[in-house]
This record gives sequence, C-alpha cells and structure tokens, in this order.
Amino acid sequence: MGNAGKLRKVRLSTTPSAEALADLRLGDIVYLDGLIYTAREGVYMRALEESANIPMELPQQSAANFHCSPAATINSDGTFTLGAVTATASFRFAKWLPEWLAKSGAKLVIGKGGMSSQDYKDYFVPNGAIYLSTVGYGTGALLGRGVKSVKEVHWHEELGIAQAMWVLECENMGPFIVESDSKGNSLFERENAKIAENLHKVYEGTRPATLKRFGETDDRTDEVIG
Amino acid sequence: MISTSLIQSTAEILMDKAAIEIPQDYLDGLTQAADAEDGDLSSFVLQAMLENYAVAKEDRRAMCGDTGTPRWYVKMGNETQIEGGPIALENALRLATANATVNVPLRPNRVHPLWRTDHNNNVGIGAPEIEYGFEPGGEWLDLTTVHKGGLFGTDYRMLFPSDGIEGIKRFYLDSLVAFGKRGLACQPAIIGIGLGGTKDSCMVLGKRAACLRIVGDRNPDPKIAALEDEFKELGNSIGMGAMGFVGKSMVIDCNIEVGYCHTGGMQMSVHAFCLSSRRAVARIYADGQVEYRTDPDWFTPYQRRESVTWETQESSAKSA
Ligand code: SF4
Repeated sequence: MGNAGKLRKVRLSTTPSAEALADLRLGDIVYLDGLIYTAREGVYMRALEESANIPMELPQQSAANFHCSPAATINSDGTFTLGAVTATASFRFAKWLPEWLAKSGAKLVIGKGGMSSQDYKDYFVPNGAIYLSTVGYGTGALLGRGVKSVKEVHWHEELGIAQAMWVLECENMGPFIVESDSKGNSLFERENAKIAENLHKVYEGTRPATLKRFGETDDRTDEVIG
Repeated sequence: MISTSLIQSTAEILMDKAAIEIPQDYLDGLTQAADAEDGDLSSFVLQAMLENYAVAKEDRRAMCGDTGTPRWYVKMGNETQIEGGPIALENALRLATANATVNVPLRPNRVHPLWRTDHNNNVGIGAPEIEYGFEPGGEWLDLTTVHKGGLFGTDYRMLFPSDGIEGIKRFYLDSLVAFGKRGLACQPAIIGIGLGGTKDSCMVLGKRAACLRIVGDRNPDPKIAALEDEFKELGNSIGMGAMGFVGKSMVIDCNIEVGYCHTGGMQMSVHAFCLSSRRAVARIYADGQVEYRTDPDWFTPYQRRESVTWETQESSAKSA
C-alpha cells in the first residue's frame, strides 16, 4: 500500500490569507472552515452576461467558489435537506472564470479535474487564487458531513436547484487536494508527465484504427479536453 | 399478478439502496485495489473512497452528490402478469424515481437538452430510461436500477475486422488514457466493452457489460473470458491510478459482451462504471414476496442465445 500518511494535511479558512495560500504545496490535503458558495454556468451567466447583482458580499463572506450542485431538496417550509456534495468538472467554466475571479475576489476555486496550468498562470495567479480538487470525486458523503448548515439558496427559482447558488457553512470539510499552487503549477500536469514516460510501452502490440477520425492525434501526452 | 403499489414501493427502496450502499462486489474489488496500490496520492484517494462508502451508509446519505442518470432495467419471466399492465409499471417506476429524488435526496440531474428545463425530480422526456428483458419460465419481476455517473469515460468506434485484437486494444487504451487523465472517469471503474452488434446495440452491450455484470464475473466463452483478464491487467499497467495520479488502479474489472455484427465491421464501445458503481436489484414474486440483491444477473444463456428459437428444458427433453 502507498504511503498516504506522508501527505501534509492543512486546515484552511474559506477567506484565506495570502500567507496561508502561499504556504500550500501541490498535493497537500486541505480541510475547509467557513462559508463556501456554489457557482457554475448558471450563476456565471446570470452574474456576468446578464449583469445581475450577486446576492452575497464577495469576497468578505466567502472567497471559496465550489463548482458543484448538491444532492438536496428545498422543503415546502423553506428549509433544506442536503445529502451528498460532489464537484463537477471545472474545465467547462474556463470561459467565465477570468471575469468571475476578478469580480468575486474568489481565492479558492474548488471542483473536479482542475484547469490547465496556462489558466492558472493567466488569471489564477494574478488574482491570488488557487485550485482545490475534491478527492476521488465521488466522496460526496464525506463532504456532505462537513456541511454544518445550508445558509441560503440564491436564484433557485431562476436557475433550478442544480444551478442555484448554495451558500454552505462548513466545518473541517474535506478532503480536498491542492491542484494549483501560488505559482500556477498543476499537480495533474505533473502526474500526467510522469505517466506519459511509460505509455509507449503499454501501447506495444496495438495498432491505430484503419478508419481515422477528424482531429485525431497520436500524441498521448495531449489531453482531449479543453 | 404483481401489484403496482408493490412495484412502486420496491422501486423507491431500490433507488435509496443504489444511491447509498456500494455493492459488495465492487467494494471488495476496490479494497483489493487499495491494498495493492503503491502511489501515495492514489492510495490516499482510495482510502478516502472507502471511508466515503462507510459514511454514506452510516449517515444514510448518497455516496456521491452527482446522481448520474438513474435508469431501470426490467426483466420478467414468461408467465409474469402485472396489475394494470406495462403502462402502470412505467408509471410506478417514474413515480418512484421522482419520489426518491426528493426523499433520499438525490441531485435532480435531468434537464431538457436545449431549454435546460429541470423538473427537479430526474424525470422528463425519455428519463428515466426503462429497458426490458424476458426470461423463459417463471412468474416474477426483476427490477434493477443503475445510477451510472459520468459524462466521461464512454466512447464508440467503428473498427473493421482487419483492425483485429490490436485495434481493439488500442481503442481500449485510448479510452482509458483519455478519460483517466485528471480522473475524469472517476476510476478505478468497472469497464464494460461492447463488441459487434450495430452502433446503437454495441453501445447498449458495452453499457450493460459495465453496469449489469458484477466484479469477478466472466463471460462464458473461455476466449472472451481470457480477454477480460488480459484487459484488466493491461488497464492496470498504464501507470495511472485514481484521479489520474501515478498508480496502478484503473480497472476494478473488465467485462466484455458481444453481439453479431455486419460482416464488414467490428463495432466497439467502452463504458466506465465509476467509483460510485451504483446498482440495486429486487425480485418481486407473484405472491408479493420481495428479495433484494446487488447482482442483476442479466446476462443469462437466454440473453446471449445464438439459436433461431429457444428450446425450453422440457421441449428439448421431449425432442431428444
Ligand atoms: S463519475 Fe461517478 S463517482 Fe464521479 S462524480 Fe459522477 S457519479 Fe460521482
């Protein structure tokens, strides 16, 4: 079994100081305290393209933008039942993030799969933001446990439950993993590069398909996303 | 005669079980993978997943916040009768899906593709999918719900006989490597491969191979079974583990299903049933008895039949 115990574990506020962020290293395991809010394409479009007023004080109340829609219900008495919490893939939001980071002052972007190191260098670093990835991606029950309460749900009528802006109060919520650091390096890209060294051996004894497809690349260090 | 109310109440329990309880076969497979994993980051991820399954059961909350796309597989014996007929059955399954979405709760994932309309209950046009199978003999109804996750990890390719096993391997590896990076497929997964059929039935075969066969199950054709073993190994030798970190756990198991195809082609589909391999099954008997299990036991000799007609045990005994 690998030495998972070797990894460094850190408690972090959702309104983190610049020093706390600068101290984080790729692969650190992070647990969050404070308010986080969910925002994905629905919120971005409404706030940025339709210029609706963001119904929170950002980043004072929270500098943690979670790419997520929780498994939750809004009860008829206006209360909320929240079960599991799982991130959604972030690369799809690259289009809105530069403007969003500048406008919201978010310092932590939390999601699935990360972005490219180019994205980090281009607009995460200038805004002093880093990217945290959820772990395994399926750890919805663990993360759900870290949510102490649902503070508010904004825009659920306009956007539906999945796209609404959920404001969650968190205590020791995690695990998350540091995917980008204050210099804009990416843990995923570091790992991809290590794995790429071995790939040609794995592919021995295989052959490319007779019928090619448009846009096909034979360079497996490429990523098909983005 | 099986009552519709029993179908609905059983279906609601199944939705809950599928969302919360990881099937034992997958859990055993993942535990073994966690023991064998030597990458530090990958190990941490697998440990967190094992903890997550335990927490889900303890708290009775969904194991993953993403519900995937809940669907139903319905199988019945040749003698089964359902109160109200097939329309009542489909009503019961749609109601159970909608109710469970609120009660578990599950994330309401299903929206209109263009207008993004969300009924907040995972029900809509064509949702949930309901597929049917039949078995000779018997008066029972098998309900299986699968909550397959993942926008990623599934692909189709038209190959040709000349592409051979080498071409199949290439497409298999390409799919794993492409979707495994950054762990988009939420591996380690049960990989289902469909070979042959037609484009649509090939997709169906691969998906069923991933979702309706359990870890450790092998195709009855010994040569295909050997291929399943080989492909499992191959996937785990890529050097990639959970979340795309350096490691060796990509594939908990590989299941292959085949169908007769056009003489000129060799269709291939790959499906990844993710870390939240959610399935739950119940058999309802005519007397109202219900048995729960996690093995859909879908691919019976009848489902894989090659002959023109199906000879039942009795008739073949008679003709012999
Ligand atoms: S692919 Fe599976 S484990 Fe991953 S987020 Fe989707 S449902 Fe959850």
